[in-house]
Amino acid sequence: MHIMEGYLPVSHALGWAALSLPFVAYGARKIIRTLEEKPETKMLLAASGAYVFVLSALKIPSVTGSCSHPTGTGLAATLFGPSVTAVLGTIVLLFQALLLAHGGLTTLGANVFSMAIAGPFIAYGLYRGLTRAGASMAVAVFFAAALGDLATYCVTALQLALAFPDPVSGVFGAAVKFLAVFAPTQAPLAISEGLLTVVVMNLLSRYSADELKALAPATGKA
Amino acid sequence: MLKQNLILIAAVAGLAVAPLFIHRDGKAEFSGSDGQAEALITEIRPDYQPWFSPLWEPPSGEIESLLFALQAAVGAGLIGFYFGRRSATPKTPRSPSAENRAG
Repeated sequence: MHIMEGYLPVSHALGWAALSLPFVAYGARKIIRTLEEKPETKMLLAASGAYVFVLSALKIPSVTGSCSHPTGTGLAATLFGPSVTAVLGTIVLLFQALLLAHGGLTTLGANVFSMAIAGPFIAYGLYRGLTRAGASMAVAVFFAAALGDLATYCVTALQLALAFPDPVSGVFGAAVKFLAVFAPTQAPLAISEGLLTVVVMNLLSRYSADELKALAPATGKA
Repeated sequence: MLKQNLILIAAVAGLAVAPLFIHRDGKAEFSGSDGQAEALITEIRPDYQPWFSPLWEPPSGEIESLLFALQAAVGAGLIGFYFGRRSATPKTPRSPSAENRAG
C-alpha cells in the first residue's frame, strides 16, 4: 500500500496531506489525554504501536505469487480507537519513508490516509458494530483487523486510480486495474492479520484485564 | 486459550507457507504488490516522471533487509517485554505503584 515517493501529482499529494492532518492532530491530542487519564495504558499503547511496526515490516508471500505486507493497525484501532491509531501508523510510515525508501514524504499524506486512517476507522466501526450485534470478541476482532487491512489496500488502489485514470476507461477502469493488483494478493494476508490479532487479544484478555477495563468505554465494551 | 492460539498461529504459518508450495514450478516471482502498482502506473501513463525522489535509499538489498529486520525486531522486542511484564504479575494493582516497577 506504499505509494512511492513522487508518484502522486503535487495537487493529490497536498490534498491527501491536508485531509490526513486533522486526524493525526486530533489523535495526538487524544493520546495525551488518554495517557493523563489512564496512565496504566501507556505500555499497552506502546505495544499496540509495536504491533504495527512488526506487521508492516513483514512481506509475506501470497497465493497469487506476489508478496505484500499486513498493516497491524487493527489492534490499536479496536483498543484505542482510530485517531490514536492514525498517530501510530504515521510514525511507522515516516520511519519507512525516511530509512527504507518505502513510501515517501510527498506521498505520506496519502499513505497515512489509507493505512493509518481509513483502515483503522473501518476496523473500529466493524469491531463496535459486531460486538454490539452480539458477536464474540474473537469474531469481532478477526473481521475488524482483516477487513481493515483489506480496506487499506482498496483505498490505495482508489487513490492511484484518481491520480492515474485509464486513458480509455477512466478512473473506474484504473480502479479495477489497481484493485486487481492489490486485492487478491492482500486477501490471504488480511486473513492472517485477522487471526494474529485474535491471538494478541486472547493474550490481552488473559494478562491485561485491568487495562482492557480502563479502555472499555473506548472499545465499546462498557 | 493456549490451544486456540496455537491453532491460529499454525493457520497463519500455513497461509504464509502454502503459496511457496502452490508455486513450486518457480514461475511466480513473489515480487511486491507496491512495485506492481508502480509498473501499472507506468503502463497507464508512460510519460509520468516522479517529481521527487527519496532523500536517502538503503545502498543495497542487504542494508534494506537489515532495516526491515530492525523494524520487526524493535516491535517484537517491545511486545515480548510487554507480555513478559504482564504475565509475571497477573493481577496488577490498579495504580502503577512501586512494586510494579520493581521487576
